[in-house]
Amino acid sequence: MLITCPYCGPRDVIEFTYQGDGNRERPQPASQDLDAWNAYVYDRLNPAGDHNEIWQHSGGCRTHLRMVRNTVTHEISSTGFARGDHNAAARHKAGGKS
Amino acid sequence: MAERQSPERQLPERLSPLEPVFHTGSHGNFEHGVDVILTETRPGSILQLAAWPGAEKQLIEAIRKVTGLALPDGAGGGVAKDGKAVFGFAPGKFTVVDEAEGLASAFAKVVTPAIGTITDLSHGRTAIRIAGPKAEWVLAKFFAIDFALPAFPIGAGRSTTHHDVFAQIQRSGADQFDVYVFRSFARSFWKALCHASEEVGYEVQ
Repeated sequence: MLITCPYCGPRDVIEFTYQGDGNRERPQPASQDLDAWNAYVYDRLNPAGDHNEIWQHSGGCRTHLRMVRNTVTHEISSTGFARGDHNAAARHKAGGKS
Repeated sequence: MAERQSPERQLPERLSPLEPVFHTGSHGNFEHGVDVILTETRPGSILQLAAWPGAEKQLIEAIRKVTGLALPDGAGGGVAKDGKAVFGFAPGKFTVVDEAEGLASAFAKVVTPAIGTITDLSHGRTAIRIAGPKAEWVLAKFFAIDFALPAFPIGAGRSTTHHDVFAQIQRSGADQFDVYVFRSFARSFWKALCHASEEVGYEVQ
């Protein structure tokens, strides 16, 4: 399985590390809202289909990536830097061959 | 009382981690010719430079000012000439190499804390050069990346791993690559590289 890193291009999945669900929103660290913390820690959409995810290209450029992966087919329909201001450095579109 | 250190701290003499397994001469299946040449380039300076967000262009300008090397646009772009080399390996991050020592202090004057950071890896990385008509072939056995010239142009850099050993690879010629690996893994990587080169015949210089 290949994942197209926006910086490095298509690389083997072994170079990437899954960093978790990309739909979560972390409450402010000082937040006392237990429901918000509970949702952040435990609630997952668990969809059978497209899923927003955070990955890291840990065996390459080490940047964190946002991806949409289909949990049924494993097709990755989009990849991008988790940090938006990196996007100027991108050269590879999701699914692109080079 | 111990003698006070001079401001220009003298670093200890650098020893090659490859020394016990570095055997010059031809090896492997070389009866029909040597298809790769393996060397340790032993550059004096290996630096990692990182720009703060938004300061990438200033860092690229600083690299041009100090080394005279103009980085081409684009991810992984780089250039290698006159004993110096630079390439991007991540957004806003660059590896800079010089045959001479002292590159870190030259950059310290130009890369201000407002622009980014300098990490001196001169003692932390080992530079291995593989050259020859089968260099792409041998490296392709290690790394799952495209080594063909159109996908990996001269001067460009790539960041990847071989069994969890990080490697930064720069193409410094049409059939020549410089591989930067952790010094602590360099001997093991070198031995693996020699084994992988046996089938094509290799010479250690």
